[in-house]
Amino acid sequence: MSTALALAAEVRSGRRSAREVVEESLAAVAASNGELNAFLTVVGDEARLQADAVDAAVADGRDPGPLAGVPVALKDNLCTRGSLTTCGSRILEGWRPPYDATVVESLRVAGAITIGKTNMDEFAMGSSTENSAFGPTRNPRHPGKVPGGSSGGSAAAVAAGFTLLGLGSDTGGSIRQPAALCGVVGMKPTYGRVSRYGLVAFASSLDQIGPFATTVEDAALLYDVLAGHDPLDSTSLPSVPEPTLASVHDGSEGIRVGLCRDLVDGCSPDVAARVHEAADALAGAGAKVEEISVPEFAYGLSAYYLIAPAEASSNLARYDGVRYGLRVDGEDAAAMNTATRTAGFGAEVKRRVMLGTYALSAGYYDAYYAQAQRVRTLVMQAFDRAYESVDVLLGATAPTTAFDLGAKVDDPMAMYMNDVCTIPSNLSGHPAISVPFGTGDDGLPIGVQVMAPALGEAILFRLARVVEAHAPQAAGS
Amino acid sequence: MSADWEMVIGLEVHCELATATKLFCGCRNSFGDEPNVNICPVCLGLPGSLPVLNEQAVELAMRIGDALHCEIRPSEFARKNYFYPDQAKDYQISQYDRPLNTGGWLELPDGFRVGVTRAHMEEDTGKLTHVGASGRINAALHALVDYNRSGVPLVEIVSEPDIRTVAHARAYASELRGILVATGASDGRMEEGSMRVDANVSVRPAGTSAFGTRCEIKNLNSLRSLGRAMEYEAARQIAVLESGGSVDQQTRHWDESAGRTESMRSKEEANDYRYFPEPDLVPLAPDAAWRERVRAGMGPMPSDRRAQLAAALDGAPTDAEADQIRAVVDLGLDGLVTAAAEAGAPTSLALARAANEVAAQSEAGLSLSATTFAALLAMESGGQLSATQSKAVLGALLERGGGDPAAMAKEMGFEALGADTLSAVVDEVISAHPGEWERFISGEDKLMGMFTGEVMKATSGKANGKEVAAELRRRRG
Repeated sequence: MSTALALAAEVRSGRRSAREVVEESLAAVAASNGELNAFLTVVGDEARLQADAVDAAVADGRDPGPLAGVPVALKDNLCTRGSLTTCGSRILEGWRPPYDATVVESLRVAGAITIGKTNMDEFAMGSSTENSAFGPTRNPRHPGKVPGGSSGGSAAAVAAGFTLLGLGSDTGGSIRQPAALCGVVGMKPTYGRVSRYGLVAFASSLDQIGPFATTVEDAALLYDVLAGHDPLDSTSLPSVPEPTLASVHDGSEGIRVGLCRDLVDGCSPDVAARVHEAADALAGAGAKVEEISVPEFAYGLSAYYLIAPAEASSNLARYDGVRYGLRVDGEDAAAMNTATRTAGFGAEVKRRVMLGTYALSAGYYDAYYAQAQRVRTLVMQAFDRAYESVDVLLGATAPTTAFDLGAKVDDPMAMYMNDVCTIPSNLSGHPAISVPFGTGDDGLPIGVQVMAPALGEAILFRLARVVEAHAPQAAGS
Repeated sequence: MSADWEMVIGLEVHCELATATKLFCGCRNSFGDEPNVNICPVCLGLPGSLPVLNEQAVELAMRIGDALHCEIRPSEFARKNYFYPDQAKDYQISQYDRPLNTGGWLELPDGFRVGVTRAHMEEDTGKLTHVGASGRINAALHALVDYNRSGVPLVEIVSEPDIRTVAHARAYASELRGILVATGASDGRMEEGSMRVDANVSVRPAGTSAFGTRCEIKNLNSLRSLGRAMEYEAARQIAVLESGGSVDQQTRHWDESAGRTESMRSKEEANDYRYFPEPDLVPLAPDAAWRERVRAGMGPMPSDRRAQLAAALDGAPTDAEADQIRAVVDLGLDGLVTAAAEAGAPTSLALARAANEVAAQSEAGLSLSATTFAALLAMESGGQLSATQSKAVLGALLERGGGDPAAMAKEMGFEALGADTLSAVVDEVISAHPGEWERFISGEDKLMGMFTGEVMKATSGKANGKEVAAELRRRRG
């Protein structure tokens, strides 16, 4: 299998046509998406038009961009002008946004081809993609297993070879955890580094869009296209992002790596073993590895499951049947709201909206939401202390390999535990990446997580590349 | 109101800011357009859209804070969550525990000071029109929403419960309106909803200090309704208390045609707004340089302008002149008076004409040139025109949007009567009424009016009343 970097070079030089690449991708989707359910919507005609435009640019001698002709899978919570954007929910069934998300525009400018929209847990709430209103996605590595979530569709699309690149969103691990479970690279940038404009909000202070790829280099390539200031997002960082692709092969010589016990000890033994092997590999490659502990991470999950639902309860209020999406009529406006939301939202969304509403209620705010924010501050301070002695942190991405479809659907707490290693970076807003590193006892992929301080994307990709280079199996094989 | 009771009033004033665009998007902020033409994903609250704060709105809000002697502080936006069909996101972006302006005061023309608790920024909702047989909310068959108003910037100015009389409440609203117009923050049009007043009213036995239970009265669309509604509400509450009952804390709707307030909802039905910090916006903390720049750009406030006019009069203003000064400043005609005075017109005359004849046509008055106005007043004070003639010429000038006062006077037949002509007419009138003349000479002063009237009649109103009187007195000896 090729890489996006190589493919774009071929298209840019005219050795391959973007149209041919897109047809291959569409054919692969047509052949196996029925089984995997990775894509909810495929926009073949639009993709062909985009490809033809790239080919025309090449023929005219114009620069078609760094992602020329490379097909990309978009999570279905990214707004695409004129094409369905469901967030995996009945309540948005049939809704076609009148505008493109900023990242979608960035992809077009870079010459990438958007193939379609991928399946996800409803409103990004979940860790298995089983909370989609449109059926679960299956893990391409094993059809009886979940692909992780909530960006399971994009992870599966890349793992299955439908596309070389994908976009997901990561609120509590929703890019990194499915990347780990599907055996691909998945990265969450620093909060504010990639515009959220056009990303349908789950928890605004935690959401961040990021890349899926088969290699660290490709993830860096895609990240460089996405990163940058956007005046349409007030939380977008004004600084010019540091390019990461150019330094991705700079190695780990002299870099201080903290092997974070708190992100290893609770994991299954095979996962823990791979993380230790990755640490040994980094040490062998010149990094200074030390074991450290950040006990505050243990409180991250609890804080997250108050803050994220609280924000979600407000963000999801707009699905009221008045202006777009599903409407179920009622006696009056309030009854219509209730009937619409009862019919349109799935169980997990309702659970979190209720949790969040409760956490923000008069008399409970201080005990729940405000307390969770204080814990969030503690987690951030703990990160800062850790980064006084190390440059990056290393740990597991997910506590186990991919689990069976249906295994945790009736046990929300067990499902929530999947995010225990990924949540700290969302609370702090720091960048983190999951890199495939061997397999578990069941032969399924395991991901190792590298974390860096705010705006540490360049060093993050460098370290990730070293981990990738020492993975037990060659990446992408 | 019975002397046994005292009213306690606090006012909440919503002011629509006169910005070019809305608070969080680039849509036009314009009243009276076709419905739903000034809309975009942001002010429609479409999924994925994000707010970006309007700098001009912040500056106008700071001007208001400055004019009300508030402290302008680092602030933060919050979400006020409640479901309503005119609310695009089902939450309103407002300010809660960290408002921009706090702790100011407003001084009424009579010197009474009303404390200003806060003046915070927020967005307006869409506008609902209930459609049905009677047009009443309860009988409506359906409702239409116009989102042109959705996201229009507002500043809510909350007073302390310092006001004790209806007259002061009206004076507060009127003075605040003048300040809002003077800062350039608003056009102050209550009838277009640019300025909306809610009144919190309670009563207590005269001489006591504990507050009674208050009711909030909404839908006060004019100073007249404000006064009527408060009178009604106080009487209602007093009647309840005097009959041994207790006042329920309620929100009440003023029905202008029925002349009464009606309960909308009680305290128990009040929403829990679940305020929390708006995660899509960053804190707003104007620095000293910005605050200073805004302050420097502000013109004089109404109180300063009243003082300026009063100082231009010879001696302290009479009560009538004080009223004229207030009217002239309220209507923004003080510039005209000052300019006319500078061009040589007597200030008191300019003030009187501006407060009455010009004010009666204030739209036209605002475009009346000071030179024209001064030239007319010079003719009047120089005796070429009588007061009656001068007022008539002024009316014609206002109607025609300007012109040359001398030419206009001539056209209207108001040529000054020569002294000889006047003398001859007086001779004729005396000889026509010998008996009355005898009585006038022997001290029957009230006949002055009869003789003046006869002279005016004989000259078709061309004579100057003052000159006629002077001539008659001279003849009487």
